[in-house]
Amino acid sequence: MRKIGIFVCHCGLNIAGTIDVQRVVEEIKKYPGVAFAADYKYMCSDPGQALIRQAIADYGLDGIVVAACSPAMHEVTFRKAARAAGVNPYLTEIANIREQISWVHQTQPEEATRKAIETIATIVEKVRYDEALVPFSLPVVKRALVIGGGIAGMTTALHIADAGYPVVLVEREAQLGGKMRQLSGLYLNFDAAPDLLETKIAAVMQHPNIQVLTNAEVVELGGYVGNFTVKISSRFQVPGYKLQVPGSEIAQSGINPQPETLQPETLQPETPQPETFTFDIGAIVVATGFDLLPKSELGEYGGGRPPDVIDGLQFERMLAEGEIRRPSDGAVPKEVVWVQCAGSRDPELHMPYCSKICCMYVAKQAMAYKQRVPDGQAYVFYIDIRSQGKGYEEFVQRAMTEYDVLYLRGKVARVFEEDGRVVVYGVDTLSGKAVEVQADLVVLATAVVPSAGARDLAQRLRVSTDEYGFFSEAHPKLRPVESLTAGIFLAGAAQFPKDIPETVAQASGAAAKVLGLFAQREMVQEPTIAFVDEELCAGCGLCVAACPYEARVMHPWKPIAVVQTALCQGCGACVVACPNKASSLRNLSTEQLLTMMEPVL
Amino acid sequence: MRIAYFPGCTLNTTAKGFDNALRASFAALGAELVELPEWNCCGATFPLLVDNMLDLVAPTRVLLAAQRQGDRLAVACTMCYNVIRRTNNRLRSDADALEKLNYFIEAEYRGGVEVLDVLQILRDDVGFEAVQAAVKKPLTGLKVAAYYGCMVLRPPTEVAYDDPENPHALDDLLRALGAEPVEWPHKAECCGAYLAVKSKEATAEMSYRILSSAQRAGAQAVVTNCPLCQFNLDKQQLDMGRRHGGYQPVPVLYFSQLLGVALGLDTADFGWERHYVDVRPLLESLG
Repeated sequence: MRKIGIFVCHCGLNIAGTIDVQRVVEEIKKYPGVAFAADYKYMCSDPGQALIRQAIADYGLDGIVVAACSPAMHEVTFRKAARAAGVNPYLTEIANIREQISWVHQTQPEEATRKAIETIATIVEKVRYDEALVPFSLPVVKRALVIGGGIAGMTTALHIADAGYPVVLVEREAQLGGKMRQLSGLYLNFDAAPDLLETKIAAVMQHPNIQVLTNAEVVELGGYVGNFTVKISSRFQVPGYKLQVPGSEIAQSGINPQPETLQPETLQPETPQPETFTFDIGAIVVATGFDLLPKSELGEYGGGRPPDVIDGLQFERMLAEGEIRRPSDGAVPKEVVWVQCAGSRDPELHMPYCSKICCMYVAKQAMAYKQRVPDGQAYVFYIDIRSQGKGYEEFVQRAMTEYDVLYLRGKVARVFEEDGRVVVYGVDTLSGKAVEVQADLVVLATAVVPSAGARDLAQRLRVSTDEYGFFSEAHPKLRPVESLTAGIFLAGAAQFPKDIPETVAQASGAAAKVLGLFAQREMVQEPTIAFVDEELCAGCGLCVAACPYEARVMHPWKPIAVVQTALCQGCGACVVACPNKASSLRNLSTEQLLTMMEPVL
Repeated sequence: MRIAYFPGCTLNTTAKGFDNALRASFAALGAELVELPEWNCCGATFPLLVDNMLDLVAPTRVLLAAQRQGDRLAVACTMCYNVIRRTNNRLRSDADALEKLNYFIEAEYRGGVEVLDVLQILRDDVGFEAVQAAVKKPLTGLKVAAYYGCMVLRPPTEVAYDDPENPHALDDLLRALGAEPVEWPHKAECCGAYLAVKSKEATAEMSYRILSSAQRAGAQAVVTNCPLCQFNLDKQQLDMGRRHGGYQPVPVLYFSQLLGVALGLDTADFGWERHYVDVRPLLESLG
């Protein structure tokens, strides 16, 4: 019979403040099969773990129950400790007496103590029939998928490719470059965005390890970290290219590894023919970028109707094309007003968050305007100036002092067109006066929002987003480049508004995470998954339909069902579906579950 | 169609023409406005009180009177509409407030009344197409500036039945009457409202901004649905020329008056004599 040790944690007062841990130890000692029981202030601490290892050595324990916090917290910790003392980690189980008992029954210490004893007893029953399992080893597919060919996606792809791993880069548009393609000179030194971008695009296109798919979208994702299966639909064939794609099941025409993607006209065949490719992928980076809140959403600023009210990207196009002329009549605008926070920091009507990039690009645009129209007047309405970055504050100061951009602290109430001019009603809260500007051109720094389709993609990837549709990071401080789904990482404005330096930094971080994953020789998979008893299986196939992870298939020739171990998540749906009781979960068998219920009945 | 109707104090006195024209027009369109047999002040400026419940008493009594007549209440004065509708919203979402007020007024209002602006009823129940079909004397060639003020638009989530930034219900009605609504930016700009009590100058400037913009856009008349806006815009013009040399006054009408004219009704009791800027010459020029 198995000799089981019980280790009850106080978790400071988190557990011991409600549950009478001494009584728990005394009671559980009497339970059949319990060879040892002890309590300790913090079981997860080094002395706590030492206590477990010592007891294993002294009493020859071969089953461990730690009564402590949720297994999500420290199961790994205690299994490692047990393994160090020679006990199979799958013979070490957690009885959660914190989240499920002490925290929720703080006003009922007596009942909580009783519930703790019973809960531990159920886990003792489980351990009694647990098998000593060995984790599976699975190969890691060392090919990355990067979704989005903007500066974030290209940076990530280049880093991974430079390290020697193949990358599939998927871009929805016909060309690489993303939003940066629309920009002119960049702050802080007015570097031409096209120059920086062309260098990057050329590097990506010429890289032997990067396969670029433009006009393409991810349509389906299967599998899991290290072993994803990704279906990509390319809307257009690229004429003249028939390429064998290593690792692609359907290697057909449509993949274009050459710089021809730089010329969009070569990408527009007369009859678009969508094709689907399937890739085996080890890690995914989402870099889908941003869009601007449409002007039509901003009724108070003209609702998109006045032609001379434009957004920041439209002004970037003007700067890039060299001449600043207003859309309505082509005249050079002499009075230009920038409206910051147009749709941002506006919890009542629009987006409550700060779009982060506008303070800096507005300062740059106002300076660039003054360089081209020296006798023009530039106004900037702002709530606060947020110039947090190396050299950023100095840059904004230059706009004010060297370029005489007139900064007015206050929100703009209305923008409307009258008599061929654009009238701006605003306020200067520093002087306390209402301000009215008869402008020739108004530039709205509209809110940065997730790119169109981000929510759909998130659903297809089974990755969570926040309430606005930005991809959610795994932890706001400590895991900012990972999604909550293992093996899927985030880069750039897809996660939240970011400027180019910050995007590049996060993209590099995402690449580092991917490379960390690829540095492992193989992935270890938990053995606590489903298996099929071939003797009992009648091959009815009910489990194949029941499995939500496509982890169950029929055997190619035998009339039985087979578990695809790489895909099984151990959910148990097949166990319920099976009429013959041929499906079972490792270390959570039906017999085990029934025995576990006995102490609480 | 019969619908319970709350005229409010202004339509019973200074804006009698708005009221008469409205009732006659609705009747001609087959929609009878049935005045509540007993009603009191909507509460209007009561929100200025320190007690934050007492301001709800008057409008709740109005809603109670409406409840006895049915489940819909038509309101003509935009201020009354705003006050009664928002009170109704509060009572529907705040069970405590409803209970307290019912206790205080010793009655049981149940929150089931729908508060509607008369223009909203014209649009949604009568329909502007039906209005157009009933027009006997189209206002062809009359250029008008539709002016909404703020009371039927703000706060948008509580009272608006139109695009709060670019309203068009009134423009659509005027178009149905054969008139030509001009495109102008101050449809929903503030007229100054009660600021007239504190600073006549400020209100005069706000009115000037609105009226001069309407005229620059080519309007021969400003048409509104708000008695307070009508009063401010109309009366401020008496001495507008003194501040702004060369200013030419422009008539300010209620939409119901033009509706009655277009439907070919007898306009004798439409209150033309109460306007500070005489409307009649313009109407006569239409023939």
